[in-house]
Order: sequence, then structure tokens, then C-alpha cells
Amino acid sequence: MSVFVHKHSRVIIQGFTGQHATFHAEESMKNGTTVVGGVTPGKGGQEHLGLPVFDTVHQAVAETGADVSGIFVPPPFAADAIMEALEAGIGVIVVIADGIPVQDMVRVKRYAAGKDAIIIGPNTPGIITPDACKVGIMPSHIYTPGRIGVVSRSGTLNYEAVQQMSEMGMGQTTSVGIGGDPVNGTDFVTVLRAFEADPETEAVIMIGEIGGQQEVDAARWARENMSKPVVGFVAGVSAPPGRRMGHAGAIISGEADTANAKMDLMEELGVHVVRNPALIGETARRVFS
Amino acid sequence: MNIHEYQTKELLRGYGVPVPDGRVAHNVDNAATIAEELGGERWVVKAQIHAGGRGKGGGVKVASSIDEVKQFTNEMIGTHLVTPQTGAEGRLVQRVLVEQACNINKEFYLGMVIDRATQRITVIASASGGMNIEEVAKTDPDRVIREAVDPAVGLAGFQCRKIAARMGFTGKQIGEAAKIMQALYRAFRDKDALLAEINPLADIDDGKLMALDAKMSFDANAMYRRPDITELRDFDEEDTKEVEASGHGLNYIALDGNVGCIVNGAGLAMATMDAISFHNGKPANFLDVGGGASPEKVGNAFRIVLQDPNVKAILVNIFAGINRCDWIAEGLVQAMRELDIQVPIVVRLAGTNVEKGAPILEASGFPFIMANNLDDAATRVVAALEDAA
Repeated sequence: MSVFVHKHSRVIIQGFTGQHATFHAEESMKNGTTVVGGVTPGKGGQEHLGLPVFDTVHQAVAETGADVSGIFVPPPFAADAIMEALEAGIGVIVVIADGIPVQDMVRVKRYAAGKDAIIIGPNTPGIITPDACKVGIMPSHIYTPGRIGVVSRSGTLNYEAVQQMSEMGMGQTTSVGIGGDPVNGTDFVTVLRAFEADPETEAVIMIGEIGGQQEVDAARWARENMSKPVVGFVAGVSAPPGRRMGHAGAIISGEADTANAKMDLMEELGVHVVRNPALIGETARRVFS
Repeated sequence: MNIHEYQTKELLRGYGVPVPDGRVAHNVDNAATIAEELGGERWVVKAQIHAGGRGKGGGVKVASSIDEVKQFTNEMIGTHLVTPQTGAEGRLVQRVLVEQACNINKEFYLGMVIDRATQRITVIASASGGMNIEEVAKTDPDRVIREAVDPAVGLAGFQCRKIAARMGFTGKQIGEAAKIMQALYRAFRDKDALLAEINPLADIDDGKLMALDAKMSFDANAMYRRPDITELRDFDEEDTKEVEASGHGLNYIALDGNVGCIVNGAGLAMATMDAISFHNGKPANFLDVGGGASPEKVGNAFRIVLQDPNVKAILVNIFAGINRCDWIAEGLVQAMRELDIQVPIVVRLAGTNVEKGAPILEASGFPFIMANNLDDAATRVVAALEDAA
């Protein structure tokens, strides 16, 4: 098992014929992902990578039975693409774009309310269930099937943690990048809930960063609802307040937002906190063995 | 992206928010003319810099004569104003806002943000105006009113009246406050703001409400569709290295340590700084080269990091997903050839094409210190720093 995506997932790519989308769709297929087609408005009826191209998500779903979409369109058009996928009944929507206006995401979240769909991202490397389904841009070769769930806000820090785990011989059930934006589709709690419900996941690594309170909310939720151990790290101990550290969401706007404040609270709530990001793998091995 | 107070007030005036009569002045004569044209007996002279806390640094003064307007303007323009938010070096004042002064009966706070918890535009208001709202939230949380806005409906009239009543307004002022909230909300929504603040919103002379100070900041990701706001950007208010970096597609933030950092990805860049700090080193900067880092981009990253004279060692940490280690390595070698780099450089490469990247560095003959992983990299760069000292 796994969470959100698995070997039976049927994936379409929105913005299919673009350069990045093409490259990463091919990479995903090499990794065992079932890509069933894609959408590029105006190119419906053509073939790309041996797969059908549609003008609308609605058509793509009707023709292919797709239930997962990877959105590779540029930020100005991404909000519309997400709503199109929601309307067409896609269940898992992965949004790679970095730089979607925040107010666009506010409207998207309102549109998504009451619909039975998971939006992963934006500003995410995506989601991968190793050797079964990858929707995103992460380097697949560092991921291996296993028993640990990984969830992070950052992309490259997700790679870092996974590499450290792999060196210790620990694989992943699913790795989810929830993205670096302040208004995002899926929060830590939603992903933890899925990992708790997944029989194959035995433990979870949660990697947060400065800004907002969702790591602490997740730790609080985990204490009440989780039987599986959680190892946590929050990046940005050395970040100055009031400065946006690359990610739109990574900004310390109050004392409670700092990395240390969040890690202290998480520790109190029972999360196994790692203070040195270089020791995520080692800590995970110690806790999980 | 931030703009000046006088620009915010002009913008809000256009939406119907009452603001004092006033104009911006670039020199003493200019300021005197503006004061004379405004008329009245008292004027406020306000230094226009992006940092807050100007009053504490002497950047806000009330003048009782035209001579005083001239005197205060003369004292402010051309000097570096130090406030609790500028740091010790202060910020150069290039212009002042000259406004008609008014008598204040009571001060309120009215703001809007995009709240992470509700993921909606949220009104924040308080009867405790004129002071820092974060302080009020800490000492007296019950005095901070929050009201989230449904994006499909917009800020509703009843919500405004509810907020106004809780702020303590009665009678005609409830409607007046509600109008100001609606106007602020429209400006916030139309211009892709991330933050808007009227502090204080003042009850003045004859019971009218007026925005005596106002601040807005905007979503850089949305500025492609807001050319009127983009025009208001003041590069003098920004760090020159950060502006140069963003021109090269790099995300750079200067810090006060001595280990220069060149990393891909914001999260890994922060974690790299943290790992250095964990080993008792001090990062000199945050730098994210982003995805698709070409050799040119890497060279530019080096140039920017080395402009900081405090940098005594550099740590390059690349975990290539969408990037490629061989491009990064080529960029490193090229930078070594083109720039006179005297500080030790520790390099950690991982991910896509790592097997092609390392040989390029070795073959170059430059003394790169290679690291196997993040902990190794942080340890080595701190050690290199001690050796160099």
C-alpha cells in the first residue's frame, strides 16, 4: 500500500507538450508510472510520447479514466488548471508550479471546498510511491520502496532526507512534498492522517520550515491520533526574522514561527525532533529500530 | 514588495479611504511650498523609508511654522534614519511627506493579511491603535478582532459592521468605519496585496475617521499583472546585492556570518545554514540558485557571495533533482578561472549526474575540498575556516 498514489493510479499531465512536462512524464513512465495521456488546449487529437493529447481535462477523464493529474502549466495559468481538474473529478492533483499568486490559491481553496480531492502543492517536487507512481520532478533513483512515509514542505530537503535514509537502508512507502507556499492544497495533518491509515507505513518523517504553525498543529494531531512514531525537523534555525527565505511561505512573522520554537513544541508533543539536518537518517534509524 | 507610505496613501485615497491632505517633497523649498499650499497652522513632516518605527528614530515631526517644516525637512533628507527596524546603519531618507496635522481623539488599528490558518484574507482590527499590533496580540489578545473573508462573497457589509461595533464605534461612525474596511478590502484584492495596515485609523477633530498612517506590501508573484504597483518599487530601499541576485534568477539574502553558502532549493539552503550553525559556524548568506542552474548562474552566485568582504570560506551544496551536477561542476571550474577566489571552497554534490560532476572538479586541478554528505560538508567548511584564520 501507499498513500494518495499507487500502482493503479492513472495519471494525466496538464501542460503535457511543454518541455519540462515532457521530460518528467518520460521519467515517470520509466519509474513504472501509468501515464494515460495529457492536456494541452488547442492540441487535442494529437499524440505525444505515444499517448493521446486532449483539449480539456473533462475529455481526458472521459476517454482515459484518469484519476490523478500532474499540473505543469506556468504559474499565471495554474489556478485555472487546478479548478479544471477539480471540476473534472480528478482525485489527486499535483501542482508543480512555483510562483502562483497567493490570492489565486485562496480562490482555488474556496472552489475545492466540499469536493473530494487532494491538492498537493503548489511549489512542490511532487509525490512518489517508489517503483509504482511518481508525479513530479524529483530524482526517482534516490527513492526505494519501504516502510517509512516522508512528508516535507521543501523539495531539495526532501531529497536530502531520503538520501540519508537510503544510506541507512530505509525505504519509503510514499514521499509527499506539500510545497513551500503559504496557502497550499494539503497540510501536514492530512498527510499524517493518510500515513496513519496506511497499513504498510510504520513510521513518518516530517520536514517543515519556518513560517506558520502547521508543523505544531500536526504534532498536536499526531499526539492525539497517531500510533506510529514521527521524526521531525524544522529548517531555518539560522534564518533572520521578517525575511522571506526563498519560499513564499518561509518567513518568520512572530516568535512562534521560528524553527526552534516549533521544534521545542513538537518535542513536547512527542515528536522525535532532529536538531541537525545532517542527522535525519541516523535519527530515523535509531527511533524506528 | 513594499511601497512608501505616500504611495500607499495615494492608492487608498483612490479607493475612498480618507487620508490627510499632503504631498511628497524632495527638498526644503519643495516642502515649504507644499505646506503653504496646504494651509493651516500645523503640519506633519514624515521621512519616507520602508522601515517602520520611524517616530522612534525622529522621522516623524509636527511643525508649527513654515520655518519648522523647512528645519525638519532639512534634518531628515540626506541623513540615515535609524529605527528599530533598520539596523544600526539606518536608511537614507530621500523624501518626506508633508501633511496637514489634525487633532486626534482616539486611535484604532485596522489591517488585512492572508491568514495561513484560515487560508483566507482576514481582517485584523483593534481599539488599541497607534501601537504595534503584535504587542497587543501578545499582551491583550482579547482586544484583537479577526474576521476571515469568504473569497466567493467578498467582505460583507454585516462583517464590517460587526467588526466596527467590536472596535467600539457607535452611531454614524459604524457606517464610516465599514466604508473604510470595504475600500481597504477592494484595494487589497485588486492589487494582490499580502498585507495592508492602517495604523492609526484616527477619530479626529470633528468625529471623522482618517487613515493617519498606512502600509501595504504586495505579492511579488502577482506583479506581472499589476504594472501600476510594479512601477512604485523603490530599488534604493533594497539591498543592492539582493537586487543584482534576483536579476540573475538567484535568491540571495545577506546575513552577518563568514561562511558563504551556494545551495539549490530554499529548504536545503536553510538546512545548510542550520548545519553550519550546528557546527558553530556562521552563515554569511542564504542563496538558492534554483532549478536549471547553468554554469553562468553558478558563476554569478560566486560573484555575489564574494562581494561580501566577511566571507572567509564557501560551502557549495547541490542536491540535483531538476538540476545536473555536471553543469554545476562546470560552473564552479569556470568561476575559479574567471574570479580571483582566495577562500577555501567546500563542495558537496548529490543527485542527478553526480558521477559526472565530481571528475570535472578533480580534473580541474583547483583545490576544491570535496565532502560526502551534508554533515561532512558543514564540518569541513568550519574546519577550513579555522585553518585559514
